[in-house]
Amino acid sequence: MKTLYDKLWEEHHVTQLESGESLLYIDRHYLHEVTSPQAFEGLSKKNLKPWRLEANIATPDHNVPTIRGNNFNSEQIKDEISKIQVVELDKNCNTFGIKQFDIKSSKQGIVHVIGPELGYTLPGMTIVCGDSHTSTHGALGCLAMGIGTSEVEHVLATQCLKVSKLKNMLVRFEGTPAENVSSKDIVLYFIGLIGTAGGTGYAIEFAGSYIEAISIESRMTICNMAIEAGAKVGLIAPDETTINYVREKSFLDKETLEKAEDYWTNLNTDEGANFDNEIVIDISKIKPQVTWGTSPEMVVNYDDEIPTPMNVPKDNKKNIELARNYMGIQDESKLSDLVFDKVFIGSCTNSRIEDLRQAAEIVKGKTVAENITEAIVVPGSGMVKEQAEMEGLDEVFKEAGFIWRDPGCSMCLGMNPDQLKPYERCASTSNRNFEGRQGYLGRTHLMSPIMAAYTAINGTVGEPS
Amino acid sequence: MKSNSEGLMINGIVSYIDRDNIDTDQIIPTEYLKSIKKFGYEDYLFDGWRYKDDGKLGVKKEERDVNKDFILNNKPFSESKILLTRDNFGCGSSREHAVWALRDFGIKAVIASSFGDIFYNNCFKNGVLPIYLEKNKIEKLFGLVKKEVVELSIDLQKRIIFLNNQDEINFEVDDHLIERIIYGLDDIDITLKEKDKISNFEKNRKITRPWIYANE
Ligand code: SF4
Repeated sequence: MKTLYDKLWEEHHVTQLESGESLLYIDRHYLHEVTSPQAFEGLSKKNLKPWRLEANIATPDHNVPTIRGNNFNSEQIKDEISKIQVVELDKNCNTFGIKQFDIKSSKQGIVHVIGPELGYTLPGMTIVCGDSHTSTHGALGCLAMGIGTSEVEHVLATQCLKVSKLKNMLVRFEGTPAENVSSKDIVLYFIGLIGTAGGTGYAIEFAGSYIEAISIESRMTICNMAIEAGAKVGLIAPDETTINYVREKSFLDKETLEKAEDYWTNLNTDEGANFDNEIVIDISKIKPQVTWGTSPEMVVNYDDEIPTPMNVPKDNKKNIELARNYMGIQDESKLSDLVFDKVFIGSCTNSRIEDLRQAAEIVKGKTVAENITEAIVVPGSGMVKEQAEMEGLDEVFKEAGFIWRDPGCSMCLGMNPDQLKPYERCASTSNRNFEGRQGYLGRTHLMSPIMAAYTAINGTVGEPS
Repeated sequence: MKSNSEGLMINGIVSYIDRDNIDTDQIIPTEYLKSIKKFGYEDYLFDGWRYKDDGKLGVKKEERDVNKDFILNNKPFSESKILLTRDNFGCGSSREHAVWALRDFGIKAVIASSFGDIFYNNCFKNGVLPIYLEKNKIEKLFGLVKKEVVELSIDLQKRIIFLNNQDEINFEVDDHLIERIIYGLDDIDITLKEKDKISNFEKNRKITRPWIYANE
């Protein structure tokens, strides 16, 4: 009896090396501008070519400005250093012949958003990318993980990854969520529970009645943040929801697709398979979650007290103190006491059409609070943007006072012009609240698109109503 | 195999950062990921803590507002080769730049109670040895380094840390990983020795799973 992870592992196992490590065959390799230049350089130096060109798909996302308009090209990026990196990706993709959805393409976007929606991510694949949030693709039943730049070069050159097997963890989310609770809240709650190192060394399979009931978009939010629980792999067995999703996005011919569907239908964990660790969580009692500190595990119910060094175990006091200091939390006892400056709806965690619909629903007919100096919505890709505009979501946001942007990683990380200024407090739907992540000395509170929308309207983390 | 004799021992002063969950964004902030080079990251290591100003790629240490309170800015710790820290070091982003920054600064070993998976892996590809020790041993080391400047010798082959030439601490690490540091092995060369196996695997896969090979 095997787990889904075991099966994916065996399916891609080429050989075991003398060292004891295994060579896993890689079906799909995504590339972006930040972690690939040194890998291409290495390849050139060794006089090597990509092993299988068609396995690779590239797009620029981290550095791209999100105010671009039509016909914007890489050379027009104002930040000289960002420009070099994006231009370098153009050059490398041209030189090596790799398919790129470049900055001019209507399909460009955050690498983890475009892969699934363009039909490049398929169930049962092994997928890697020089980016830790590659775990996102596990939502479709893939063995997907983030790798470093040396490994990017290795995968380009050999179509394989050298790895040792991970342990298996099963996390079952059971029950029906309360109102205003989305998969972002569920995964934040989970990270708060097991900690940011709780999943280290594991591939986590998410299952249970909650997972079965939710969309692929919601599942992607959960697998996306598996890495925030320390697990480089998060995965969910393909089911009817998955197959319907893939069918809609697929560019495969009918016959091939049917053959694939037969295989995907049976791709799941055997009953009675053994996991090294199993956790069951009743999600019906979970409230909307908001982080207060500088690690995703520093998370509480939106209406709970913020931890103080007084009320935590001794070995945690210092972490709490450092985080409170950085976040500028003094006498405030609750998240609702904090006044926000910015709101960011976007990132590979929450920039898909479903996220934008949920947020739009809340801001419809309302106005962004006065203390919010900037509220931005950044669709994850050109396709998401187009769909949202077709549904009129852009107008809903703009009427409420949000700024509607072009696709990219945007304010998820301080690499492009969208950044927090020192001490600014931001309600963010992204995945990391690390010090300086959204800009030097910026303060990030992670939350769902629903809660970010409420925060934009209230100016504080208020009571959802 | 030819061994790199310098690679067998790491001797040096221990610097320390007493906190958990130091993520790769702290080891090297995003700004510096804009470089397309593999070297030259030494001045940006722990940038947010090492300086009191907001840095930019290309701006050198001498032009910055250095935080004198930060351990790596002070002698003898500025020469340190070993870094002691706590839980979950290197969690977060997969950026190999984090290891490049440690390496370029001169850090050859990091001792912690646990590491982020991707960071741990990246270390061995760049000659930096991550050593995990149980929490009580980490605690003991912190007790020592906070009292006085501590020099350690780490024997890679025997997997022993010698403490001021008195005490010894054993540590564990997989053979194939540490050999990569000792012998400076190249992964691509090793894998390409198996290229026939990879080709055969691929040939077979094209037949059994044709959808993988269909492209738009
Ligand atoms: S949106 Fe954020 S987390 Fe996702 S790939 Fe971009 S920078 Fe990384």
